[in-house]
Amino acid sequence: MNKKRAIVYVRLKEGVLDPQGKTIAQAMGNMGYQEFSSVRSGRFFELECDNRPDLDKRIDDVCRKLLTNPVIETYKVEILP
Amino acid sequence: MKFGIVTFPGSNCDYDAFAAARFVLGQETAFLWHKSESLEGSDVVILPGGFAHGDYLRPGAIARFSPIMKEVFRFAKSGGIVIGICNGFQVLVEAGLLPGALMRNAHLRFACKFVYLKVEDYTTPFTLACPPGKTLKIPIAHGDGNYYTFQSDLEELERHGQVVFRYATADGRVTPEGNPNGSLGNIAGVRNREGNVMGLMPHPERAVEKILGSDDGLYVFRSLVTYCERRPAIAG
Repeated sequence: MNKKRAIVYVRLKEGVLDPQGKTIAQAMGNMGYQEFSSVRSGRFFELECDNRPDLDKRIDDVCRKLLTNPVIETYKVEILP
Repeated sequence: MKFGIVTFPGSNCDYDAFAAARFVLGQETAFLWHKSESLEGSDVVILPGGFAHGDYLRPGAIARFSPIMKEVFRFAKSGGIVIGICNGFQVLVEAGLLPGALMRNAHLRFACKFVYLKVEDYTTPFTLACPPGKTLKIPIAHGDGNYYTFQSDLEELERHGQVVFRYATADGRVTPEGNPNGSLGNIAGVRNREGNVMGLMPHPERAVEKILGSDDGLYVFRSLVTYCERRPAIAG
């Protein structure tokens, strides 16, 4: 069966406070990189999967159920060959 | 009445909750392993504090799929009393049984100290034995207790009186000084719309004897016992 690779990018929704990103931005400023006024942190997952006709939907399901907390996070999926 | 305490791999307040229910209150109490599919006739289910499944991914995100959670879900939906403490609260919001989310503390540090709680509702199964007007002195111990929800959802929560506890100063004022983690609206504990599921970040089970620095947590446990003892009469 042919395999696919999917990358899921997870980030906080617009307007949700990101204390981690804020602290990183502050550290960057302290290091002399004052041009970076804001940092938003996030994370990504690399999934290896069997190809199937409903792959998009399956990835979407798992993103909503497990990989993200839809209350505060959004995600973007990239499917690679 | 019977307390059931769920133990996930990584729970570490399950014995504290057990000691409070069994030894301090003298109630029948059972541990419920997360792989079990029965609540063994519990009247109150406690999801205790700790770091279930190592807090991997997000606190509570994996625990909510533990086999026992299907039963907890069914129990909650049929009106059963469920209380989530600290990590247990995180599990309940991840499971969608309670609204909102618990994010990293605003100051990014683990917060471990006594806090004061203002009781916002004395009619819940979790607070009915609290003396009106008294602020409760109860410890917190968490890194992710920063309660968050969108403004419209917050208004909804407030409108339905779902905020049960708020962080306050010792004299009961809800101010930024009393807020240990950046929680929106100083929210320390919320309930579902129906009122039978409640989660809070502070640890009432760690404040059940004077020698522990406070026994104010007993009010929460006594409320549950009183509620369950009265319930048949109410139902009948």
